[in-house]
Amino acid sequence: MYKYDEYDRALVQARVGQFRDQVSRRLSGELSEEEFLPLRLQNGLYLQKQAYMLRVANPYGTLSADQLRVLARIANEFDRSYGHFTTRQNIQFNWIELEQVPDILQLLADHDMHAIQTSGNCVRNITTEAFAGVAGDEVMDPRPMAEIIRQWSTVNPEFLFLPRKFKIAISSSECDRAAVRSHDIGLYLYRDENGEMLFNVMVGGGLGRTPILNELAKKALPWQHILTYTEAVLRVYNRYGRRDNKYKARIKILVKSLGVEAFAQEVEREWELIKDSDAELTPREYQRVAAGFEPPAYEQLNTIDLEYGAWLARDPEFGLWVKTNTQPHKVTGYASVVLSTKPGSNSPPGDVTGNQMYAVADLAARYGFSEVRVSHEQNLVLPDIRKQDLYSLWKKLTKLNLGTPNVGLLTDVIACPGGDYCALANTRSLPVTRAIQNRFDNIDFLHDLGDLTLNISGCVNACGHHHIGNIGILGVDKKGEEFFQVTIGGAQGKNSSLGKVIGRAFRVEEVPETIDRLLQTYLDYREVDESFIGMVNRVGLEPFKERVYKTEVGKTAALSSDTEVNAETKTGVPV
Amino acid sequence: MKNTIGTVKGHASVLHDDPWSLMDDEALDKSDDQNSRYQILSLESLLALEETGESQQGQYGVILHPDDDPELLLPWLDSLTIIALQFPRFSDGRAYSQAYLLRGRYGYKNDLRAVGDVLRDQLAAMRHCGFTSFAVREDKPLTDALKGLNGFDMIYARSVTHPEPLFRRRHLRL
Repeated sequence: MYKYDEYDRALVQARVGQFRDQVSRRLSGELSEEEFLPLRLQNGLYLQKQAYMLRVANPYGTLSADQLRVLARIANEFDRSYGHFTTRQNIQFNWIELEQVPDILQLLADHDMHAIQTSGNCVRNITTEAFAGVAGDEVMDPRPMAEIIRQWSTVNPEFLFLPRKFKIAISSSECDRAAVRSHDIGLYLYRDENGEMLFNVMVGGGLGRTPILNELAKKALPWQHILTYTEAVLRVYNRYGRRDNKYKARIKILVKSLGVEAFAQEVEREWELIKDSDAELTPREYQRVAAGFEPPAYEQLNTIDLEYGAWLARDPEFGLWVKTNTQPHKVTGYASVVLSTKPGSNSPPGDVTGNQMYAVADLAARYGFSEVRVSHEQNLVLPDIRKQDLYSLWKKLTKLNLGTPNVGLLTDVIACPGGDYCALANTRSLPVTRAIQNRFDNIDFLHDLGDLTLNISGCVNACGHHHIGNIGILGVDKKGEEFFQVTIGGAQGKNSSLGKVIGRAFRVEEVPETIDRLLQTYLDYREVDESFIGMVNRVGLEPFKERVYKTEVGKTAALSSDTEVNAETKTGVPV
Repeated sequence: MKNTIGTVKGHASVLHDDPWSLMDDEALDKSDDQNSRYQILSLESLLALEETGESQQGQYGVILHPDDDPELLLPWLDSLTIIALQFPRFSDGRAYSQAYLLRGRYGYKNDLRAVGDVLRDQLAAMRHCGFTSFAVREDKPLTDALKGLNGFDMIYARSVTHPEPLFRRRHLRL
């Protein structure tokens, strides 16, 4: 992991002092709420329906065991004993008192953490995949570059008041587990035949009410130019991005209106003027940061561990878990383990209690190298586990309710907190999540369905990434009533695509039956080993539509299929 | 202009008796002396004066709109004593990039003033981007605003005031 030096520490400490002063000026009335708003947002503080929510940054999803203990402490001492892991690999605490925020930030700063720029119209947390540095199919570890970009973008004075939020993701694996194509800037890091690090830079992606996948703006950018190129993109965006309408203010709208080629030319002109400057990255800096991500002291293990093999043969439940919840590791004899935060209807996706966090930190120290990851699917990951330890780890995870063997399956739902918490949501995403998890709790059936992503957003702002779920569910408000619109065919990764609406929307109680009909259609049509998304791509939407709408799902009145249009009139927008 | 802070080599102090008056129609400050010899003109007025040759006499400054391209000022950069950039709302960050371009790219050396919704908590970022004076919103006391220039201003990236990014200085432990 990257280790803070004196400068990093001084910066987060000074920042706490600054925000403590700002909070006291807000409490005294010296700062109006309007003036305070962007200041608190840039420190991760939202005002939700019932309380303040604090979003803490987990840079590129990497945490030490000690840092996880700090998050556990915040959950137990300042919140209602739990935290919620987000699709940006961050964690948010939902029941926070404004007066206590400076103390929480102090606690974070004392452990080399912060909440800087987890919100606001600025560059947000840089994300990557949870298996960065350990994945078997990765070209190289993207985290040193993610850390370098994190530092560059942190309190960068020119870019703190952009037209809108700005999200950067980086991946160095061809199959892309970081959803890079739905980001404002998506980076693919690779090496050429001489071993030089290069980037493909994709610009103008984003979900929200106008979902767009980003497009290639610069191919084979040498690594030392990544900061100047990003600077050029942001300067063009800061100057020309729309500010008259916040729904049209993301860079995707600018890129779309100019066309990616014209936009890229504009960036190129700007970049030519700054690329050969002091802002060019140095090998020394890359090495300094990369030193923090040197592989830990792995043991030399055999490819085949007899005890592990024996448990696999003896305990089919263990085998099921290994199949879905472990990932191939680049080092022989190791695996990465995914801890499912979606045990079913008794716990909302991404929610983890303080006590669970303490326990996970202990397991990371005992079985791994004291490192924990957060995945953008809202799960936790222990990246370096010896295969010989998998069985005993699994037993412990099961006791902790973090061992549900459903990673990558239907019930590994990505969901936003929805109207139960969020002031912007116009529907509650958690009850519909619960209804689905209740209906489909047969683990053998889920495994038979295979890889299938189900993403749920409580409003058009799409925090639950419904556009890129194989099945996407979007909550829409119709005259004060909640309806849920279903899309299929969305995907993240190498073959990213946006889902298509199947037809009229449903009431919450109709959703499980609708999902069931979609699944039955898939089971009827699938060819050997064909995934849900593969079948949708091959056959198209028609058989699904026919099955779902042939007979009425429920007795309730149907909603017309143009609810997207109605949704446009909603005013809520995430900040 | 009233309620204004100036800086000398980054050190801030209140500007008593600042002589400048904003003459731009939209940003017109009624309290300023419209007969002042020190006028900050709109780009259009500056261009009109240029045609009559008057701009060579007296002291002139110019105010840009947030969507004006600072490159338009290239012919006058040496003769302008002051350039004002606008923050229509403090959350509108276009002037930060304009400031960077004027200073970092076009080499403008004289006073660069922030006008409009100019508030304490943004002053340090403005200074980083090359602003040297600040017409603070008039309902805000300057004694408070000055604190904004004496607090947190650490960054990693380069800025106009720190042209070398931190990573080029880090090993020196500055």
